[in-house]
Amino acid sequence: MKKQTIDSKPAGPKPWYDPRVRSLFFQILAIAAVFWAGWTLVENTLSNMESRGISTGFGFLDETAGFGIIMSLVPYDSTMSYGRTFWVGLTNTLLVSAMGIIAATLLGFIIGVARLSSNWLVAKVSLFYIEVIRNIPLLLQIFFWYFAVLGALPSPRQSIEVGGTMFLNNRGLYVPEPLTQDGFGLVWGALLFAIAAVVGIRTWAKKRQLATGQIFPTFKVSVAILVVLPVLAYFIAGSPLEWDVPALKGFNFGGGITIIPELAALWLALSLYTASFIAEIVRSGILSVSKGQTEASKALGLPNGLTLRLVVIPQAMRVIIPPLTSQYLNLAKNSSLATAIGYPDLVAVFMGTTLNQTGQAVEVVAITMAVYLTISLSISLLMNIYNRAVAIKER
Amino acid sequence: MTESTMKPPKKALTPVKWMREHLFSTWYNSLLTVVVGYLVVTSVGPLLNWALFDANFQGADASDCSGAGACWLFISQRLNFFIYGFYPDELQWRVDIMFLLLAVAFVPQFIERFPGRKWFGIFGMTGLPVIGYFLIPGGNFGLETVESTKWGGLMLTLILAYIGILASLPIGVLLALGRRSEMPIIRGLSVVFIEVWRAVPLITVLFMASVMLPLFLPEGMNFEKLMRALIGITLWQSAYMAEVIRGGLQAIPRGQYEAADALGLGYWKKMGLVVLPQALKLVIPGIVNTFISLFKDTTLVLIIGLFDVLGTVQSTVTDPAWQNVAVEGYVFVAFCFWIFCFGISRYSQNLERKLDTGHKT
Repeated sequence: MKKQTIDSKPAGPKPWYDPRVRSLFFQILAIAAVFWAGWTLVENTLSNMESRGISTGFGFLDETAGFGIIMSLVPYDSTMSYGRTFWVGLTNTLLVSAMGIIAATLLGFIIGVARLSSNWLVAKVSLFYIEVIRNIPLLLQIFFWYFAVLGALPSPRQSIEVGGTMFLNNRGLYVPEPLTQDGFGLVWGALLFAIAAVVGIRTWAKKRQLATGQIFPTFKVSVAILVVLPVLAYFIAGSPLEWDVPALKGFNFGGGITIIPELAALWLALSLYTASFIAEIVRSGILSVSKGQTEASKALGLPNGLTLRLVVIPQAMRVIIPPLTSQYLNLAKNSSLATAIGYPDLVAVFMGTTLNQTGQAVEVVAITMAVYLTISLSISLLMNIYNRAVAIKER
Repeated sequence: MTESTMKPPKKALTPVKWMREHLFSTWYNSLLTVVVGYLVVTSVGPLLNWALFDANFQGADASDCSGAGACWLFISQRLNFFIYGFYPDELQWRVDIMFLLLAVAFVPQFIERFPGRKWFGIFGMTGLPVIGYFLIPGGNFGLETVESTKWGGLMLTLILAYIGILASLPIGVLLALGRRSEMPIIRGLSVVFIEVWRAVPLITVLFMASVMLPLFLPEGMNFEKLMRALIGITLWQSAYMAEVIRGGLQAIPRGQYEAADALGLGYWKKMGLVVLPQALKLVIPGIVNTFISLFKDTTLVLIIGLFDVLGTVQSTVTDPAWQNVAVEGYVFVAFCFWIFCFGISRYSQNLERKLDTGHKT
């Protein structure tokens, strides 16, 4: 008897009351459910595709596409493959996203700061802009710019001229294209050298300030170097740059760079819409820096500019960066609305025309979603790295 | 007068003083005021002329529009189409009842001291969709059936947004709980589901729902286009909803979880009786904000061929009977959305202020 009591453990819960057993059971159940659902989907899809005569696999990417695309950054014509249409769409998506992010950031920061201006009129105009723009659907704004504004522009023969070199009509905006001649390499070289010099001066100035406390006018000197050196190199090399000015040929313009109205409308709408959200983020970021910080830096004798640069902006950025990242992601995703006005982005070209022609919905949708997943994850990864760099370093 | 009874100096706020303080405090502020003021004055004048003074309100068709200003006639003539889509005229009372019930359920929410406004809200979340389910499509209780292909306009926009948010709420709660779960596999599945949907644009989800859903389902089983769009919107929205609710779950102090454990409550009782009621209350503003963005995003359904309010306008501005009415049409839609979104966002800000119990300094 005695021996037995020592050996036996206290009576544990029944196995179905044991949390570990339960959690194991539910997880196995969840996996089984997911596998079952996945299996049913695959089976249904395969049998459906067979009965509709849709082929499977990624072989279609090498077939000839046979349709034209109005704008492409990579060389493309209709004899190329479906795989090529994917690259055309992807580069167009990346182009409009990058343009939109740059413009929306600039505009958003300006409006966000203007919203906090001591000037009543400026603050109210910014408030009006923010409250109007962000409460109207983006698709509507894209339509407005594309159909109502750009669609109402004159035809090529009655183009609006800007200085005889830029032309605006209902086919797009035509601007001169810079053509680099022999010897332009010298300018690039000078620019690279200038950047290296600026980095060097900054390091030296910081070291000197830490050692002696003297402040070197780094910013002014940097700007001077960055401007003067390349300009000097440009003239030494004998102005190796020519402009390809667009000119009216027949019914349309030739030469120069064309910004098609689809791109212009999408870019305008995306930038203006996202800027209204960024402005609110910037405003709340600046407001989050407590007044004590500004007062403390004034008490230390820092001038206004340095207070802003060394005290307010670094702390505001910490609050601004995470929501700003999600706005950038939103902009990249919203660029897919291009398909509504026919800008050839990834969704319009690949998920639209290519899908309709090949019928291989599963493969095309999977590739497209994988692209957006990659863009999203890489932007958030980059921003996380930056965020870690500016986060409060607590001991 | 002794010092203690002296009143503080009166802050005389004459217009001139106010202007000097707020508009012309420094030379660059004065410059800004002049430039911005000039821009505002030069743009507001022509805008008012276009929208009001030169505009046409009376008449029957395009010939009554002078062309000098806005042709609001186009809106008033087509208003029925913009609100109901192709819904038969003689049956529109059914939609009107739903509009009325919607107002009854949610207008009290904006009035602070409305008696029993909570119950109106609960009716809006439970009874209203049930009534709508029977009333709008018809087909029972002797009501004539109206195919979902005939639904459109503002009514369709509201249906999409309302069902989207209502259906995504419970899925979002489950996903948020899954993401906070201690079981690694459940957590992993929830994270993958949430992140995949959040990473892709709604338009690809809608495309997927309209093109791929028929492939996924067993043969002979199919949904109408509207139902497919709703499934896509709900799945997509539930991922966003899950993230909002997760924020609320994380904001509940650990002590609450532990107290529920100490009382011997099981998982569902702990979540359902202790954690979720507090967490959901915290995230009401967040839910309202996702509702606003969903409401704006419903316009995307026009790309897959449904006629929401923007879709109906877009299809009529190209009507040859009316010329150059695109701007009027867009302004009308913009105004519809703006009223809804601005009103709801004000409500949400109000709520946020009220729910903020002052932990922040």
